[in-house]
Amino acid sequence: MMFVEAQGLTKIYTPKGAPPVRALDGLDLSVPQGSVTALLGPNGAGKTTTVKVLTTLITPSSGSAFIDGIDVLKHPGSIRPLIGVSGQYAAVDENLTGFENLDMVGRLYHLGAKASRQRAHELIELFDLSDAANRPVKGFSGGMRRRIDLAGALVTRPKVLFLDEPTTGLDPRSRLGMWDVITTLVGEGTTVLLTTQYLEEADRLADSICVIDDGKVIARGTANELKASFGGQRLELNLVTAGDSATVAQILALVGDAEPAVSADGHELSVSAQNAPAALQEVLAELESRGIKLYDAGMRRPTLDDVFLRLTGHGAEDHVAKDGGS
Amino acid sequence: MIATNSSEPPAPTVAVRWARWFTDGWITTRRNLIKIKRVPDVLVFTTLQPIMFVLLFTYIYAGVIDIPGSSYKEFIMAGIFAQTVVFGSTFSGSAMAQDLRDGIIDRFRTLPMSPSAVLIGRTNGDLLINAISMVVMMATGLIVGWRVRSSFLEGAAAVALLLLFAYALSWMMAYLGMLVRSPEVINNVSFLVLFPLTFISNAFVPSATLPTPLRVFAELNPVSALVQAARQLFGNVRPGPPVSDVWTQQHPIATVLIGIVIVLSIFVPLSVNRFKNISSR
Repeated sequence: MMFVEAQGLTKIYTPKGAPPVRALDGLDLSVPQGSVTALLGPNGAGKTTTVKVLTTLITPSSGSAFIDGIDVLKHPGSIRPLIGVSGQYAAVDENLTGFENLDMVGRLYHLGAKASRQRAHELIELFDLSDAANRPVKGFSGGMRRRIDLAGALVTRPKVLFLDEPTTGLDPRSRLGMWDVITTLVGEGTTVLLTTQYLEEADRLADSICVIDDGKVIARGTANELKASFGGQRLELNLVTAGDSATVAQILALVGDAEPAVSADGHELSVSAQNAPAALQEVLAELESRGIKLYDAGMRRPTLDDVFLRLTGHGAEDHVAKDGGS
Repeated sequence: MIATNSSEPPAPTVAVRWARWFTDGWITTRRNLIKIKRVPDVLVFTTLQPIMFVLLFTYIYAGVIDIPGSSYKEFIMAGIFAQTVVFGSTFSGSAMAQDLRDGIIDRFRTLPMSPSAVLIGRTNGDLLINAISMVVMMATGLIVGWRVRSSFLEGAAAVALLLLFAYALSWMMAYLGMLVRSPEVINNVSFLVLFPLTFISNAFVPSATLPTPLRVFAELNPVSALVQAARQLFGNVRPGPPVSDVWTQQHPIATVLIGIVIVLSIFVPLSVNRFKNISSR
C-alpha cells in the first residue's frame, strides 16, 4: 500500500521583477508503508518544496497529495497529527533547554503534561542527549541541535517521518551518528521520506531512490538498480603530461563501458567500468609498458555528479551554478 | 491508493478546539516567559530603562519646563508610561521575524496546534513585559513624588488602557514582523516611526506650545489621546493649559478604546491568516 502519494505536483513562484520559477514541475511520488524513500537531487531541484507541500507548509499550484488516504491539501489539520518533520535548519528554540523544547512539542501535539514530559525524557535517553537536556540550546553544536530537532519530529511516534537533508552541513562524525539514529528508526518500521544531495546517504538509508531535477522525478529505483545504470565505479587517472591524454583516452575506452571523460586541461581522465579493480590493473600495466607517467590513479564510487551527468547531460554542481541555487 | 472520505479522521469538536486554543496559547506564552528569564537584555530594557526615563525627565526637565497649574512631574509620568509601553509592543515584530528566520515557525506549523497560538503567546509576552515595566515605573514615580490623584479604580483603568493599547500594537507589530521577515529592519523601522510618534505628541510638552504643523500632528496623534486618557484617569490633569478642542483630545478614553478595537479587529485576523500561509525561507 502506498502511504504517501503525490501526483502531478507543480509549484510556480513569481518573484517580483523576475520570470516565474517552476520549483515543482509535475512531480509524482509514492512511498510504500514501512519503507524509506529518498529524494536525491542537487540544490534547487525541488526537494524541500516537495517536503513543504507534503507537510502542509505550502500549497502547490496544482496536483494532489495524500497521506494514509487523507487529502493533504483539503485536510491539513488531519495530516499534522500523523507526521513528524525534521528540516535542514534545526527548528528549535535557542532559549529553551533540550528538554523544554521536546516537552513543548509534546504539549502542542496534545499529549498531556505527564505523557509529554515522559516522552521528552525517553527521547533524551534515546538520542543520548542527557548532557544537553538541561542547558539552553544556544550553546549546542550543530549536530546536537539537529538531534534535538529530529527528536522533536519523533515526539508522537509519527506514522510518516519527513527528513529534509538530515545531514547537510554536519561534520562527518555527526553525520555517522545521524545515520545510526535513522537506521534504528527504520528498523522499527517507520515510513520515511528523506531528501539528500548525497548518493552515499541515499544508498545507505533508502529502500528506493527518486532522482529529481528541475522539479521532476527523472529516475527511480533501488540503490542497486540506479548504480547499475550509472555504470558501476569510476576509474580516474591524473596524467603528468597532458599530451598523453588522447592515447590514454583510447586505452580507457577499451576497458570502460562509456566514453571516457577528459578534463579541459587534459590532465584528468575518467571512465565508468563494471569491474573497476581489474580494469585499473589492466590500464596501469598498459601505461607502464608505454612509459606514460601518472600523478595519481584510483577508483571511486559514482557520485551524484556522475548520476546527473548521465541522466541530464549536466553535472549537479553546474546545475546549481546555472540556476543560482536555492 | 487514493483517498476515500471514510478514512478522514473526525474533525475536533468546537469544545476541543476552544480548549486547544487556550492550552496552546498558554504553552507558547510559557515559551516566551522562559525567554524573558534567560535573555537578560529584555528584562533590563523593561526595568532599568523606564527607571532611567522617569529620573531623567523628572529631575532634568522639571526645573525648566513650566506647566501652568500643574507640576511637570505629574504631567510627564503619563507620557513616560505611554512611550515605554508603545516601545514594549515592538518585541512581537522582531520575535516573529526571528522565529521565521530560525525555522521554528515551520516546526509549529506542522504541529496539530491552534493556528493563533504562536501569536497569542508572542503578544502575551509583550503584555507581561509591559506590565512589569508599568509596575517599575509607577513605583519609581511614587518615589520621586508622582501621585494618583483619582481613585484606585480609575488608576487601575489607566494602567489597563495603557496595556491594552500596547497589546493591540503588538498584534500589528507581529503582522509586520511576518511581512518584513527581518528582525533588524523591524527594530530600525519601529525606532524611526515610534520615536517621532511618541515625541510629537502631548507626552512630554503640552501640545499647545508646539509650532502649528507639529501641533496639528500632535493633537491628532493616537499617542496623545492615550497620554491624555491616562492623565485624566490618574487625576493628573489640573486646571492649566487648555486641552485642544479636537474631538480625540476632548474624548481621549473613547478614542483610545475605539482605536484598540479597530486595530485588534484588523490585525488579529490578518496575522492569523498570514501565519497559516507562511513558511521559513
